Amino acid sequence: MKRTIFSNQLLPWLLLAPQLAITFIFFIWPAMQAVWQSFLREDAFGIRSTFVGLDNYARLWGSAEYMNSMQVTLIFSVSVTLLSMGFSLLLAVAVDRTLRSSRLYTTLLVWPYAVAPAVAGILWWFIFNPTIGILPYMLDQIGYDWNHISNPNQAMLLVVIASAWKQISYNFLFFVAGLQSIPASLREAAAIDGAGPVKRFFTITFPLLSPTTFFLMVVNIVYAMFETFAVIDSTTEGGPAQATNILVYKVYFDGFVGQNMGSSGAQSVILMLIVIVLTVIQFRWVEKKVAY
Amino acid sequence: MIENRPFLNLLTHLVLILGVAIVALPVWVAFVASTHTATDFSSGTIPMWPGPHLVENYSRMLDSGLSTSGTPPVARMMLNSLIMAMAIAIGKIVISVLSAFAIVYFRFPLRNFAFWCIFVTLMLPVEVRIVPTFQVVAGLGLLNSYAGLSIPLIASATATFLFRQVFLTMPDELVEAARIDGAGPMKFFRDILLPLSRTNIAALFVILFIYGWNQYLWPLLITTDAQYYTIVAGIKRMADAVDGLPQWHLVMATAVMAMLPPVAVVIGMQRLFVKGLVETEK
Repeated sequence: MKRTIFSNQLLPWLLLAPQLAITFIFFIWPAMQAVWQSFLREDAFGIRSTFVGLDNYARLWGSAEYMNSMQVTLIFSVSVTLLSMGFSLLLAVAVDRTLRSSRLYTTLLVWPYAVAPAVAGILWWFIFNPTIGILPYMLDQIGYDWNHISNPNQAMLLVVIASAWKQISYNFLFFVAGLQSIPASLREAAAIDGAGPVKRFFTITFPLLSPTTFFLMVVNIVYAMFETFAVIDSTTEGGPAQATNILVYKVYFDGFVGQNMGSSGAQSVILMLIVIVLTVIQFRWVEKKVAY
Repeated sequence: MIENRPFLNLLTHLVLILGVAIVALPVWVAFVASTHTATDFSSGTIPMWPGPHLVENYSRMLDSGLSTSGTPPVARMMLNSLIMAMAIAIGKIVISVLSAFAIVYFRFPLRNFAFWCIFVTLMLPVEVRIVPTFQVVAGLGLLNSYAGLSIPLIASATATFLFRQVFLTMPDELVEAARIDGAGPMKFFRDILLPLSRTNIAALFVILFIYGWNQYLWPLLITTDAQYYTIVAGIKRMADAVDGLPQWHLVMATAVMAMLPPVAVVIGMQRLFVKGLVETEK
């Protein structure tokens, strides 16, 4: 709160007008539309729509495809989060140990942040291409047959790797910042008491890093659930056999390709609720941090 | 460094070099592929080292593009991406710096309500409400236009919060001094607040430029006229067309060009980039 302020009454509204106008036209109004559409059902020709109450939600609840999408999203988000955070933590701990070369390594590790998710998808799609890709060729040498176009598990692995790769630099930067904020004296004291590097990591470094870890977990889950749309669309497009059809892709597919506005609206509302819960968790973290 | 352990030091560097290699692998493969011809892949695998066709492939994509996929030349798509990224970055900064100024330096009725309206945008990523947002933009006649590409993505709670945070840490004495000297709010804003927020604005610009450049779903949906294709969305259209006739070397040349500007921004302005990244998450 500022003690000294300006007393104008009209000016602040003028200053806020552009932001509020855009927010209302492109955010709040469409969100309300999604809520309204979720209570309607259009007939087969898209001419008349009738109010059906919560029936669209009930249908989603009973739909095997939607439940499958939920499960796929859960597996996908957890895998991306674990893979990307694990890999980044390893690199961050390593960079934290180096003295002179840490800046160089950091520069070499941060740039994937700038690569668009769609481009990341295309790059990994190419590497894993069953006919000309380099990795299927190597896997073939050891007798493993790779074909993500027909194998659901391999398709999932592909989108997980592409999405996790893109997120490495972000996690890495925050882990390095977190590690640097841990006082060196704590680790020195433990070293003097005879604790080796591994023991020090698990009893001192990792617990003290828990605020960063928790924060990154929320950010990564949000990333995996909502920002990986481009990775999915530029690679598997939800297939094969719905194996990589995450919720945010299904909203788009049912709405634009399937033209099922009621169902797509209901799915939008469910996703919005999930985002709201995750945002609230994230903001509580900012206020409280994690106790350790 | 707590103690000297030669073996652990060696391991550290091994881990890091391996990590850098894994991170760089996809880009290296893409770059190598973009320097060969289509026939070089027909033998079954892609080569591991660059070939002699770099200039040929890149200049072909920049000038004429992949005509079979219906995409315009890459130079045109990069220009579109640049316009969209700049419009989004500058637009976001302008509207959020103004609204943060209003929220921090004035007391007016419904101030909290306005703040919450902005906060809501944080919770509604465009992917989540994509269908109704598309309908609104179509209704306004903004399909296939630069305005349609950028304006719906301009509202940003993150940027507003960031500037609010910055303004709250500015000493109150500045306003007092300005008022004693007879400066009105806009003069204070222009001559004191903006110059003092310069580095924050620059850091935010780096993040927002990357955000704008990398947009995918939105440009894909609202551009049907090839003249407005952006490069990130254009690659997907090329890769789809590729399935029939393998043109991977040209697609990969486009992918390399699509990531060049944002990667250059991150590496060239690393300090500002890290500052921007850490600040926007607070």
